Amino acid sequence: MTDTTPTTDGAGPLPTGEPWVTHETKPYWDATAEGRLDLPCCTVCDLVIWYPRAICPDCHTSEVEWRTMSGRGTVHSFTITRAGVSRKWREHLPIVVAYVQLEEGPIVLTNIVDVDPATVAIDMAVTAVFHDTGHGNAILRFTATGS
Amino acid sequence: MTTSGAAHIAGVYEHPLRSIPDKTVPQIHAEVAIGALADAGLTMADVDAYYSAGDAPGFGALSMIDYLGLDVHHVDDTETGGSSYLVHVRHAAQAIAAGHIDVALITLAGNPRSGGSGPGGSARFADAPEASFENFFGMGIISGYAMAARRHMYEFGTTSADLAEIKVAASTHAQHNPDAFLRDVVTVDQVLESRLISDPLHLLDACVVTDGGGALVVVSEDVARQLDRHTIPVLGGGEAIKGTRAGRVDLTHTAAVVSGPAAFAEAGVTPADIDYASIYDSFTITVLVTLEDLGFCEKGKGGEFVRDGALQAPFGRLPFNTDGGGLCNNHPANRGGMTKVIEAVRQLRGEAHPAVQVPDCELALAHGTGGSMATRLGSATLILGREARR
Repeated sequence: MTDTTPTTDGAGPLPTGEPWVTHETKPYWDATAEGRLDLPCCTVCDLVIWYPRAICPDCHTSEVEWRTMSGRGTVHSFTITRAGVSRKWREHLPIVVAYVQLEEGPIVLTNIVDVDPATVAIDMAVTAVFHDTGHGNAILRFTATGS
Repeated sequence: MTTSGAAHIAGVYEHPLRSIPDKTVPQIHAEVAIGALADAGLTMADVDAYYSAGDAPGFGALSMIDYLGLDVHHVDDTETGGSSYLVHVRHAAQAIAAGHIDVALITLAGNPRSGGSGPGGSARFADAPEASFENFFGMGIISGYAMAARRHMYEFGTTSADLAEIKVAASTHAQHNPDAFLRDVVTVDQVLESRLISDPLHLLDACVVTDGGGALVVVSEDVARQLDRHTIPVLGGGEAIKGTRAGRVDLTHTAAVVSGPAAFAEAGVTPADIDYASIYDSFTITVLVTLEDLGFCEKGKGGEFVRDGALQAPFGRLPFNTDGGGLCNNHPANRGGMTKVIEAVRQLRGEAHPAVQVPDCELALAHGTGGSMATRLGSATLILGREARR
């Protein structure tokens, strides 16, 4: 998961956008700049919290600490989107939109990139890649493990 | 406190047009409000409570109450996406049962077909806490439902042909609705051969995009007694919200697993008692999962349940969406909940099209699913009766 270079699909790198970095989410975004997936974890109930936030939504303590995830996961579900997206995405179609279940538990929304969409399947092993936003951080996406 | 039977739906109105390029959204709100009040035999002056959702422009209810010239002492701007209007009926029933109000007006309007804004106005979501973790992946509305469909197929063996059966039933009904946006009857093969938009969902798995709107008037028993119109008692209701649960995403259930049992319990009936069901149909998969979640069949058996014309009126096991639903008739402002209630009321009044009128229809269910099945959604269920329990 150390690949911080934007990978390219058919029409160049997928769009990234500019994340809204808040006091709650800054550690997450700072880690992405270094090719790391860090998530807040509750030190009371041990919940790995997705999406990042300052207060545990299970036990409502503020005792959360940032831990580094493995970057490994499996495809929980996916779709090959061929239409029905906003203008900036159209030239990149088809794209694979997916939910990936991290080894540590949370299921995160993402794209599967640098693969033939026809080979994507539920339970497929995937590894995190980070696409530079140009704003000092990166978007978390996944590619087939070993690719 | 139970609200069962205390409130009645006295007026309904569905805007007859599906493309309205020459009117403003507030104007369409006003037209449907006047239409529903006329149906009930009431006027704007009788309204003492107003309900609106994210489709109401500007300051929502504040803007619309001023625009409509209403004088109300009760307001509710609850926004759960397309299911909002069913939530509003329940909230109005509760306010009526508590003695706070007598005449509630609920309106919906929008013009996405003519280029108007999407549901809720996208600006509303820019500061959502989840925004930067969900908005950079090109996930359109259909992509989320497609992932739900894919997971359902994986877990339970559901097929695209099963989903197509739902569109076929809706189209069979829509042929009888002169106002329906799509009136051609389609086959399973035609659905499967239509363009894949987001695998495994095809173009014909998706609802229509239409301008228009609708309105409901919910009244107290005292007011209902004074009206000439056949009023429809609200026997039960339920509402529930489901989210991504800190990453424990569950794509194969909706919050109907909570709202459904709550509504059935309040009404004192079971799924087997329901004669007609309006089921939210943003996509075919929405219907299939909702049927399971409401208990019309076991989880995972939805595909089996919808085969063999089960949803087709008047004689299927569970006639649904006899106006053609969102899949064929109307999905005004990208929100299908309002029209779900309206067609259920038509069925209970015996005013559905004769070709799809369910004989002796005594008990109907209306269900809304707002937001997205892939992320966070609001489920709302209503049980409506033909006769007041007096």
